[in-house]
Amino acid sequence: MDPTGRSARVWAALSSTKIWRGTLATMIFLVLWEAAARTGISRIPAPSAVAVTFSELMGDPSYWFSWYLSTQRVFSGFIAAMLLGIPLGLAMAVSRAIYGTVFPIFEVLRPIPPLAWVPASIIFWPTQELSIAFVTFLGAFYAVVINVIGGAQAIDMRFYQAARSMGSSSWDIFRRIILPGTLPSIIVGATVGIGIAWAVVVAAEMISGGGSAGSMGGAKGGGLGFFIWNSYVGGSYTQIVVGMISIGIAGYISSALLRKLGDLVTPWLREQ
Amino acid sequence: MSSEPAPVYEPSIAPPAPSPTRRPDGSRKGEIRIENVVKVYGSQTAGIRAVDNCSFDVPAGKITVVVGPSGCGKTTLLNAIAGFHSITSGTICLDDQVLCGPARPKANPGPDRIVVFQNGALFPWKTIIENVAFGPMVQGLLSRKQAYAKARTMLAEAGLRDLESNYPGEISSGMRRRVEIARALMNDPKVLLLDEPYRALDSLTKSVMHEALLETFDRNQVTVFFITHDLEEAIFLGHRVVIMTTRPCRPKKILNVDIPHPRDYSVLTAKRFREYLDETVEAVHEEALKAFAAGERER
Repeated sequence: MDPTGRSARVWAALSSTKIWRGTLATMIFLVLWEAAARTGISRIPAPSAVAVTFSELMGDPSYWFSWYLSTQRVFSGFIAAMLLGIPLGLAMAVSRAIYGTVFPIFEVLRPIPPLAWVPASIIFWPTQELSIAFVTFLGAFYAVVINVIGGAQAIDMRFYQAARSMGSSSWDIFRRIILPGTLPSIIVGATVGIGIAWAVVVAAEMISGGGSAGSMGGAKGGGLGFFIWNSYVGGSYTQIVVGMISIGIAGYISSALLRKLGDLVTPWLREQ
Repeated sequence: MSSEPAPVYEPSIAPPAPSPTRRPDGSRKGEIRIENVVKVYGSQTAGIRAVDNCSFDVPAGKITVVVGPSGCGKTTLLNAIAGFHSITSGTICLDDQVLCGPARPKANPGPDRIVVFQNGALFPWKTIIENVAFGPMVQGLLSRKQAYAKARTMLAEAGLRDLESNYPGEISSGMRRRVEIARALMNDPKVLLLDEPYRALDSLTKSVMHEALLETFDRNQVTVFFITHDLEEAIFLGHRVVIMTTRPCRPKKILNVDIPHPRDYSVLTAKRFREYLDETVEAVHEEALKAFAAGERER
């Protein structure tokens, strides 16, 4: 890569209004938060105290093990949701019979919050790990399916007609029109779905007591949700905030990765 | 422009002039015969009669332009030829083959009749070359390499050589139309069906598009069925202009535009062109008034 080009791009990125605006807003937020904590307006620990705890936890394997557990649970549920949700959404979009059969059941189940499934899934699934993964799966699943159906149904009729008149078979139409035409909606569904999966996994870990997975190489933990709950029970308020920020960072990284993946697989949507 | 005798208006269907368009057996030709076509949306008795007892010919290797008030049923007719919609009765033939008729109310869409849509239908997720190469590849006629080579030739002929790696969203609407016509021609169709393809373009781009279409036509001699509201466009492009009645649609007047091809924009100022235009305006205006009276205002 051309080093001059790279440094020019880095400089352009650093000098962009967007970056500076975001940095300035974050700094103002931290200053206000610090002031609120020091003057006693807020009982939330000051960011300086949170930063100290954060640096201490950086060397604690149990903290990273909680990251690992939650990430594993989110991604196992999320990947299952994608693997089942995309084909189901596409099938419902292209087949009236499947849509007519499945959609009513889907619409009855969809409004049930994933967390309402926690007790039932603890009873139903043999391990707590599976229960948490199932609830995480549900969180992402509905978002994926709804977006896939919407995306496939929104493909302009002209594209089908053009493809048909150029001699496309049904398989060609599925592969060359429906699939790429739905891809942007699949990415949107995935981005929304993984956000919900993070929200759900934390709550599920709190409710289920951190699941059944407990230690690895001396590190103990029950996921970030359990980490927060444990910090609350142990009275470590700075750790609670560290746990909350960790979830925010995890969610942000997951969404950013999916957006990046989306940019790669939908090059025609890149900003001109 | 030379001063020619007054234009010949044909109140009824005249046999098409002999066409230079290929055969035997290169093949192609592409004469469309529309005979007593009726299209009713909804029930036969209470439904909307969009096309009624419509008969005319689209001669092979010529540009036939269909004009008429909005909503009169022109696009319904085009969709029936393309195989997108069924007809209620009548027959549409392409050369010796019945596309749709009493035994089969809906034609099968096929690469012998390619539509260029009003708002364009290039696949946004495919690059220009992928779009242009699409037809022969899905039909299994050409390998990817062969299809791309042919597509490059088509794009070069249309003056679009450098755009093959772009996506449709990255080029202007005028260029998109030209790409779409190139994509259609890749299939070596008998008939190009153009549904107001230049409606959304500004007048400058439109004029360039007209000349580009005429150049393409002169090169390929493919039968063109062209729908428009723009009467100047109709006369400028068409060998034959079919003026439709307000709904239900049927030919009110058929003009054979006796201005030789290749045409260029100097034709617009010619006396004969203005005469054709006046005649067309008069006929269309009469129908527009009827449509207005019937509550069908122009969109």
